[in-house]
Amino acid sequence: MSPHGNPEVPASSASEVIRGAEQVPSGAPTPEAAATETKAAATTPASENQVPSIQPAVNHADRGAWGLWEVFVRSSRGLSHVHAGSLHAPDAAMALRNARDLYTRRNEGVSIWVVPADAIAASDPDAKGSFFESPQGKDYRHATYYTKSEGVKHL
Amino acid sequence: MAAQNLQSVPAELSPEDEAAGQANFDRVMAEDSRIEPKDWMPAAYRKTLLRQISQHAHSEIIGMQPEANWISRAPSLKRKAILMAKVQDEAGHGLYLYSAAETLGQTRDKMMEDLIAGKARYSSIFNYPALTWADMGAIGWLVDGAAICNQVPLCRASYGPYGRAMVRICKEESFHQRQGFEILLELSNGTPEQKQMAQDAVNRWYAPALMMFGPPDDDSPNSKQSMAWNIKRFSNDELRSRFVGMMVEQVRVLGLTLPDDQVRFNEDTRKWEHGPLDWHEFQEVLAGRGPCNAQRLERRREAHDDGAWVREAAAAYAAKQQAKQSMTTKEYAA
Repeated sequence: MSPHGNPEVPASSASEVIRGAEQVPSGAPTPEAAATETKAAATTPASENQVPSIQPAVNHADRGAWGLWEVFVRSSRGLSHVHAGSLHAPDAAMALRNARDLYTRRNEGVSIWVVPADAIAASDPDAKGSFFESPQGKDYRHATYYTKSEGVKHL
Repeated sequence: MAAQNLQSVPAELSPEDEAAGQANFDRVMAEDSRIEPKDWMPAAYRKTLLRQISQHAHSEIIGMQPEANWISRAPSLKRKAILMAKVQDEAGHGLYLYSAAETLGQTRDKMMEDLIAGKARYSSIFNYPALTWADMGAIGWLVDGAAICNQVPLCRASYGPYGRAMVRICKEESFHQRQGFEILLELSNGTPEQKQMAQDAVNRWYAPALMMFGPPDDDSPNSKQSMAWNIKRFSNDELRSRFVGMMVEQVRVLGLTLPDDQVRFNEDTRKWEHGPLDWHEFQEVLAGRGPCNAQRLERRREAHDDGAWVREAAAAYAAKQQAKQSMTTKEYAA
């Protein structure tokens, strides 16, 4: 059956996609990049007709550099940035672009912050008792503690 | 108090700390409150969630395929744009869920590796082929409809990151179901052939959609524990029955019929009932012997391999920029 006759066969062959490290300009910018290039070149199928092996063409070390980022979105001017979720990206610029595509597909934001997840320090949840001071007996910090003014206007 | 990383599996604890953790966990369950990534949780709770959330993520990612195959064949530019937006949403949903699963201590790379290696499961529904344009309607209406039914209660799941991902997903899902309904409605009001095509798609997707809720309650061993842990809020049969009730109403508006002459409202139990489902088929498809299992995995593998150069290029660029920056810093320092 022709590809166009059977919708479950992709219309465009995946081999149209330019693949492999040949497209990367020669001359590795860094030792790490050189290592990646060599690895990719070694595993790129020699022929386009070659059936890709079950093993991924590149092992997952290639995303080792893709760290975890936490994303904060300001939904409109005048409001704070609020944590929206997290994502993986190789650098801040890509993290911002990915965050835009992932968390603001429907006008959810006018501004985005991305922060490397390991740059965030968090309080220890087990230390709840000692870290957060007990509010016990401190009702006087709230306006509702003061009842004598009830009925007085504008107070 | 030590500062903490946001995510990580806690190290071995002393028996006292373990007991305190369990006590806190039990209290959270009793209060119907939420567990967050850094909280102590039973190993089985972590494992159950990791399995459920990663399978859910895989389903979103594999679920892109039946519809992506129709993007280039959409009958109009408008439909094409809608379908692209929907498939993009599914990718997004997969990423939200992988993020939630990662907070349980599993890397996304490992989850993807398991999927590609055929070690992970995903919803059986995506192993059925999408044969005609009307299938885009039936998938949106029935498959996404069943997914919404399942997912709305999951917004209140006891694990915070999962619940939050589900809230985001549910907000976006309703567009999916409505666009599917509209496709079917338009076909149903079209030529006799178009109407027939819509009916045929509904006939094929109805039973698989009902099976999306999982096996019957007396054959679903994990359900009880999941309900005790406030992950699952309603049983499989309960949700399935609700879904059938909704479809009965909606199919009338479509001017089509459900391929099930045993659908009825049981006045005694106050529940909707449906005809028997082929659970043998369900098990077969889950076990990897469905019509499209091999094809779906092969396509996912191809996509992963074809995208390798993008991941490499991005990593190489990031490394280059970083090297440049540290060079500049050194120059300044000199």
